[in-house]
Amino acid sequence: MAGKAQPKLLEVRDLRTYFHTFAGTVRAVNGVSFDIAAGEVMGLVGESGGGKSVVGFSILGLIDSPGKIEGGEIRLNGEDLVKAGEARLREIRGREISMVFQDPMTSLNPLHSIGRQMDEVLRLHSDLDVKTRHAACVEMLENVGISRAEERLKAYPHQFSGGMRQRVVIAIALLARPRLIIADEPTTALDVTIQSQILKLMRRQIAKKGASMILVTHDLAVVSEMANHITVLYCGNVVERGRTRELIEAPAHPYTRGLIDSIPDLSNRHERLQQIPGTVPDIRNLPKGCNFRDRCPRAQALCGEVEPSLTAQRGSLSAACHFPLRPGKRA
Amino acid sequence: MTEATAPMLDVRNLEMHFSLGGSVLDRLRFGKKGIRLDRPVVRAVNGVSFSIERGEIMALVGESGCGKSTVAKTIARIYKPTNGELRIDGEDVAEHDFAQMLPVRAKMQMIFQDPYASLNPRQKVRDIVAEPLLQQTATAAERREVPAKIEALLARVGLNAEHAGRYPHQFSGGQRQRIGIARALSVMPGLIVADEPVSALDVSIQAQILNLMKDLRDEFGLAYLFISHDLSVVHHIADKIGVMYLGFMVENAPRDVLFSRPRHPYTRALLSAAPSIKEKRDKEEIELVGEVPSALSLPSGCCFRTRCPFAWDRCAVERPDLHDVGDRQTVACHLIDEPERDVA
Repeated sequence: MAGKAQPKLLEVRDLRTYFHTFAGTVRAVNGVSFDIAAGEVMGLVGESGGGKSVVGFSILGLIDSPGKIEGGEIRLNGEDLVKAGEARLREIRGREISMVFQDPMTSLNPLHSIGRQMDEVLRLHSDLDVKTRHAACVEMLENVGISRAEERLKAYPHQFSGGMRQRVVIAIALLARPRLIIADEPTTALDVTIQSQILKLMRRQIAKKGASMILVTHDLAVVSEMANHITVLYCGNVVERGRTRELIEAPAHPYTRGLIDSIPDLSNRHERLQQIPGTVPDIRNLPKGCNFRDRCPRAQALCGEVEPSLTAQRGSLSAACHFPLRPGKRA
Repeated sequence: MTEATAPMLDVRNLEMHFSLGGSVLDRLRFGKKGIRLDRPVVRAVNGVSFSIERGEIMALVGESGCGKSTVAKTIARIYKPTNGELRIDGEDVAEHDFAQMLPVRAKMQMIFQDPYASLNPRQKVRDIVAEPLLQQTATAAERREVPAKIEALLARVGLNAEHAGRYPHQFSGGQRQRIGIARALSVMPGLIVADEPVSALDVSIQAQILNLMKDLRDEFGLAYLFISHDLSVVHHIADKIGVMYLGFMVENAPRDVLFSRPRHPYTRALLSAAPSIKEKRDKEEIELVGEVPSALSLPSGCCFRTRCPFAWDRCAVERPDLHDVGDRQTVACHLIDEPERDVA
């Protein structure tokens, strides 16, 4: 990624978000770094407990007690959001960075009409008058594929199906023309034919508006169809990142390889799925050395001693592994 | 499959309708013909037929609200079917009451979707797994064998003996699903009805459970009715697949036939919508517009016509039946009669 002339929209450096619970400190995000250039879609992938959603929430300053951003920088066009106050963050949320949440059933307010919830974004983040705002809402609703937009603005969330609500949420996220959209599992709650509609819609709208996106998901298939770059998280650490095709076709980290092999893909003819043995370790009590070593087929003595750091591998890939995979070799 | 006996499961014209309650005031309707009392009925399953042989895995796929889970629950006789025949190992159980069902449950067990809600939080794993077995044991001698059986079962599904004394909350989602599988397996049934057994699990764990289910089938000759919304999971595990839409079976075929030659426009759309980690093959692109209609008021004619890119006037009038198109593939679509209309 280095050496490119593309300006960096967002730079995350050594982000640490911890949750101080009675049962111990949960290092949900433990030294995560990545960059996003303007117009780029980055996939943030991992299993439950990997810390991917917490990264998204940290960027927007949505970490509540007992959680706390313990260190690191989140630079949006050079401005460090970790140091920014709540007032400044409120300006940024919705205008500069907006968010699409996983569950379209709970991310809209059931007591307000769709129109009022859409209008709120523009009322807070623009100087437009009522009429122009209304016109903008109608136009945006039509853009996300909802017909009879005038009429639908008066409707309430319960009158919409899941797919329609997620369209509304996306419309709200796009309204103030943010430069970055964080989409946290935007299609996980939806059926596959609706998912494909929503993904196409997001891709089209992002390209049109020139926005960047962080797509947080557990679904490698969705990410591989949407993202330019992929960052893989495991136990709060980046274990691998790189360009989408390179990473999917020949990952360097055994965890990424395992994730890809355990997907029952339609074109995958294996009778048995490759499985990653064991389960994710307790994040309050991580093993010494590499977090993945207990499940890793390539682990050696060194992995139990020294935690690997993210180092450049072939092509665009970098991986945190002492014994990275070479292309063509299976874990 | 060895002797020429009845199939493990045989379902004929299964219908499951739910009438919605509500107070008289809720149901009052004022129309041109005066006041009438509305009787809303959800037609969840509308005449579904299929059969599963011993050792065979049949999957039902479809989107939310297509009735696939209702089929599963009706077969497990959690619901009493509105209409139709339901033969388990040759015995029609559609009209059975609770007591009559008890011996049948030694032949058929169920695995549920949510491994958090389907285990009693106040029972130890040992008791959870033993429950169905104790229902089926009559003599004290049989009962004495139960603990040893439980231990063997837990070992078989990848848990160990010390887990038997723990409570469900001490386990991860994947381990809980293993407990659910051990419970279903305890009575050595011939048929397991599995309702979305892996959709709540992470992919690496999902692969473990799918592999386990396949191994158990090979070992014990189990038949599965496997309900899933995920085509790639179904492709991996099933021998044959039924595609459901709005309570109707629209296509039914062996796995490889269905994936290489899907005939129904809905199946084709599902396949084209499934995301894949592989680079786009030259696959057909059928994009569906709109959403699934309500099961409270089914469309006339073909259930899929409101979203079908090929639909014409015949589809609104005449409901297509399942037609045999060879290779054990059956399709319910008028395009089979009029293939010249199949131009995207």
